[in-house]
Amino acid sequence: MSKERIKISEALYDIMPTDYQDLVKSATYGKEDRGWKDIGTAKELIEQHSLCAGCPESMAFRYIMASLPNPEDTVMVGSTGCTSLVFPMVAVHNIHSLFGNQNAIASGLKRALSVRFPGRIKDVVVLAGDGATVDIGLDMTLQSWFRQEKFTTICFDNELYANTGGQESGLMQKGFVAKMAPVGKQFEKVRLPEIARESGCHYVVQCTVSKPSLVEKVVKNAVYVAREIGPTYLQLYTPCILEIGKNSMEGLQEMRDSEKPTERFAYKEFVSEPAKQLLAEIAAKEKERKAAAKQLTGQAQA
Amino acid sequence: MSTYRVLPGPEHFLPPAAASMGIRLPNPGEAHIHGVIVPEEQAYEEAARQFLMAKVPTIFPGPLVLWAWNEKAAKKATAVRHLFETLKECVQPGQKPMLIPMPDYRPKYPKINPEIEINPNHPNLTIWHNKIDCCMFVGVHCHQANLSLKIIRGGTSCYTIAMCAQAGHEDAMLSFRDASVDKIMKLAETIKRLKGTVEPRLSAAKSH
Repeated sequence: MSKERIKISEALYDIMPTDYQDLVKSATYGKEDRGWKDIGTAKELIEQHSLCAGCPESMAFRYIMASLPNPEDTVMVGSTGCTSLVFPMVAVHNIHSLFGNQNAIASGLKRALSVRFPGRIKDVVVLAGDGATVDIGLDMTLQSWFRQEKFTTICFDNELYANTGGQESGLMQKGFVAKMAPVGKQFEKVRLPEIARESGCHYVVQCTVSKPSLVEKVVKNAVYVAREIGPTYLQLYTPCILEIGKNSMEGLQEMRDSEKPTERFAYKEFVSEPAKQLLAEIAAKEKERKAAAKQLTGQAQA
Repeated sequence: MSTYRVLPGPEHFLPPAAASMGIRLPNPGEAHIHGVIVPEEQAYEEAARQFLMAKVPTIFPGPLVLWAWNEKAAKKATAVRHLFETLKECVQPGQKPMLIPMPDYRPKYPKINPEIEINPNHPNLTIWHNKIDCCMFVGVHCHQANLSLKIIRGGTSCYTIAMCAQAGHEDAMLSFRDASVDKIMKLAETIKRLKGTVEPRLSAAKSH
């Protein structure tokens, strides 16, 4: 796997833009314990983005890209929204679906990949905004969970339709007044994590992206569980600083404020019994692998 | 037979797909020039002439040759390099051959650097920036090549050549089919043979 599959033809190597040469030389494809700590030291799978300065979604994107356990064999499915402005800059296969269709596309894709590549692990990860996941695409989202499709759904929850000017979404908090929702939200924020659990998701987490190590952990867990057991769902708070009247540097604080135990983005996790067992097995293996690696390093130094 | 001809543009905002104008693809052993089916030999001569005439003859290798997916791709890349080196040897002072890659098909808005790469979603930027008047696509997947060729025909006066590994491209002004290492090498040989016999547009313009 890994970099052996992305070689530049020697005869044309010198004309390739530096970005691509770097991607082959120093990206983390194939690295077993890749994670958010590679950011800034290895060639990232996303370096530039066209989102607003200080956008928490751009942080979330970086952490997710750095945390995918198997990026060279991962296909991401996106939907219309701010995320679709970033996908062209991402060095992982991705599909931009029609608005709301992302979970239906991912279902077919995952099944096709398992038929086409029976001996190879192929991960499918849906990444869409709250409008695509909960409002317009709710049917597709739920049906894929009911069918126990083996892929991960990640929702970037910014609690409104951000790039169309701030319309109300199902995940908007009650009473919030947005630019295009002047009356204020009349009903409660949809409790999608609970709905996901009841719909058959085996691993569900709601959190903010203020802590990169936490994002890494939940993304890896969600992908591992989806690979082996069934659907998983992550709801990540990525506030739209423009639409909630914050400055570029205030996104992180907004997330920290919103994740306090009494707040609406307090950490929430549901794990099914089979998923618990799988994650325990993976953790044990990981511990063994790290111990062996440490021992090897020790021997080499001695 | 269609009377429509696939000629250098600009054909304006929405050039018709040549296929919709009745242009058909060549059979094995054939090629097309401006939409007219011709024997492949004739196409080698014409492609070589166009390259030798151009002020900035350019080769655009696509992902199918830039990336060494398999041994065949790497060999084709070597052949493309040989073609470029031959072209460099055969042009006259004032002509500026270029080799510009199309590494992938992502719509890289707004960061395209037209000096070092071409993107199928706005190929005209690279052509305008470098003043390219003749180009050849090689190793570009069919639908992206069609898209680019149409955009180029729509917005530029560049002469387009497709060295296609499949059935050819109606939207190029000249298209080979079943491209192989041998065919790329043969084009290089033809350019070498015609060296000095074709007057570049550059000097022709000066003499008027």
